Amino acid sequence: MNRTSKMRRLTASGVAMLLVGGLLATAPANAADPITLTMWTRSVTAVQSQDMVNAYNLANKGKVEIKLTVVPFTEYLAKVSAAAAAKNLPDILAANVIDGPNYTRSGLWLNIDKRIKKLPYWDELATGHMASALYQRKYYAVPHVVDASSIYYNKVLFEKAGLDPNKPPTTLNQMATMAAKISALGGGVDGLYFPGNCGGCLAFTLFPSIWAQGSRVLKINGDGSFLGSVKAKKVFNVYSKMWKAGTMAAGSKNEAGATQNAVFQSGNAGFALLGSKALGTIKESDKLKIGLVALSGPDGGTSTFVGGDTIGISSTSKNPDAAWDFLQWTLEDKQQIDIYASKNFMTSRRDLSENKFALADPRMVLLNKLLVNGQSPYAPRFFQTFNDANGPWILFIREAIFGNGVSNELLAKLNASLAG
Amino acid sequence: MATANPNVLSRKNSMRPSRPKRGFRSTGIGWLFSAPAVVVLLFFFIVPLGYSVVMSTKDWPLLGPDYPTNFPTNYTQISENELFLNSLFFTVKYTAIISVILISLSLGLALLVQEGKQRASGILRTIYFLPVVTGLSTAALLFLGFLNPTIGPMTRILNLFGMDPDWLGTPNLALTSTVLMMTWRFAGFYMVIMLSGLQAIPRDIYESAAVDGANRINTFRYITAPLMKSTFSLCLILILTGGMVAFEQFYILTGGGPDNSTVTIVMTIFREAFSQFEMGSAAAMSVVLLIALVMMNILQLRLVRKDESGDTR
Repeated sequence: MNRTSKMRRLTASGVAMLLVGGLLATAPANAADPITLTMWTRSVTAVQSQDMVNAYNLANKGKVEIKLTVVPFTEYLAKVSAAAAAKNLPDILAANVIDGPNYTRSGLWLNIDKRIKKLPYWDELATGHMASALYQRKYYAVPHVVDASSIYYNKVLFEKAGLDPNKPPTTLNQMATMAAKISALGGGVDGLYFPGNCGGCLAFTLFPSIWAQGSRVLKINGDGSFLGSVKAKKVFNVYSKMWKAGTMAAGSKNEAGATQNAVFQSGNAGFALLGSKALGTIKESDKLKIGLVALSGPDGGTSTFVGGDTIGISSTSKNPDAAWDFLQWTLEDKQQIDIYASKNFMTSRRDLSENKFALADPRMVLLNKLLVNGQSPYAPRFFQTFNDANGPWILFIREAIFGNGVSNELLAKLNASLAG
Repeated sequence: MATANPNVLSRKNSMRPSRPKRGFRSTGIGWLFSAPAVVVLLFFFIVPLGYSVVMSTKDWPLLGPDYPTNFPTNYTQISENELFLNSLFFTVKYTAIISVILISLSLGLALLVQEGKQRASGILRTIYFLPVVTGLSTAALLFLGFLNPTIGPMTRILNLFGMDPDWLGTPNLALTSTVLMMTWRFAGFYMVIMLSGLQAIPRDIYESAAVDGANRINTFRYITAPLMKSTFSLCLILILTGGMVAFEQFYILTGGGPDNSTVTIVMTIFREAFSQFEMGSAAAMSVVLLIALVMMNILQLRLVRKDESGDTR
């Protein structure tokens, strides 16, 4: 065989392979093939999302398969934004509840108002979540995971420090006093483990102490803040004193949120400021028995930051009916009770909050009660201001707690960022 | 292969030296083989680069429907961005520190393993090179765990000696921790490059120097160092470029903290794009960084070539 004919054969084979490949790629899907849906959620709701998806895939084997992608929470909005620009969004798209308004305004979700209102329990869906999914009087998403911030305390360390585990602090100042007693135990035990380098975590856990005093944190339109107010300063002072007194763990200053659950789980911290989801993920042990109490103001009052995620169908989905089937399935009684409530996760429906599991656990009863006074702040530039790891809020709050107190210069930068 | 017309040949010769004439088929096969690389280069470098340049001339919000042109606003705003200016200073400082440490340490290691006994130097080479196979992000996460005062061992060990460093809590220590991690991760890699440079120097030059009575310092100064110039240059180009585009090590280990004291240029660009969602502004910063890097490399290559031509005279 000479070189020319060899080349011709090679070329012909290549062309044939390309043609076959092209035909296979363009062949219509078999009607019996299961529908594949893609879904994205944030890493902070990975456990709940994965449980729901696994159960749904099992129940719909051979018909529908959901492929879940869990994205680190710090990079979620960036990934969604980039995918939106490339018109490459997944079928089912979850969002941090505070980002809901950005999603609806940017047209990332499909209008599912009619579908939602056909649900017999639609007006029982978590209020704050539904409000964040409302745009021009139409609903675009449903609650996926409900989260509420509160104070976690270690009953084992309470007993060791001579404190009554059934009498947790009802004010922030009381918490500081109790934390000092626990810290005095020594041996690597600290009073409080604090997410001192995580902007989102600090908004989630400090804002409620300002709300508990009857004060606002953000302006109604979200284009400015009241973080320089006397009541806000009182909250920051409590934590600042704890840091200066050495009651707060040394690692708190650098804690960016990723390892705070692990540290509390180790049983070496008396208090931690966490969301309700942690109750279902942190394992108890001989060194840790978890107690829960509401976040309070320095001298009393209670509140919570109602967080978590909403979930909708992306505006570019080619399977909206199948995607909706999943969404409405997750909200049904059975899934809410068997998958969420049984594992100490809060339900997405108010009418299911007093379920058998929640009623058997006083901590869940407390969290459900907290939702009544809870708030979900809204600001168009919330993420850019409060979640940005190098943004103005983290600089402001670190100076207020670990530095020289509230800085007017940093506050001005923070407000300028909110104003855009 | 001669051409039929001698006049044409002589005219061509007067303009440039003649090249061997290639047939259409061999040129075609050449193009065929280089096509995958050209396609990759075109779609993954040239097109995105052009796209970035266009983007840098527009007000380009990540979720916005319109992208109006606003040239040169994105470029003029760079000088008003405090974080970018601070990151510029920090990145240059970090690059200078890491360059000096990596060049000197890797040269030292290369000399050590080159002159050691055969078996021992083999083991040492492996030990020094092992961290190189660890991914940069993995290495950063590893150090993040090591340096954590609550769950990491480093602080506990140092506590035994009465020391209590807050590894990532102060600007200087956060930079030191990152430099430490980068040195651990890359010293072995540059050691191998240095070693190849050292081994390319003919042994008889050293033997002549020894006969002439040159001591170790003089041998290094007058033989090793001059003959290693191109190796040094290669290492320097790689380290300087790597330093100026540093991202993962700081993003994972320090997050830019404490209080934005370890934010690099690329972190600022990333933040502008994916935290602030200002793609136009981020693209403008990227273009400025690209131009600076290209100029830096051109300057460096010119200096190297000048030195090399000086050597041959």
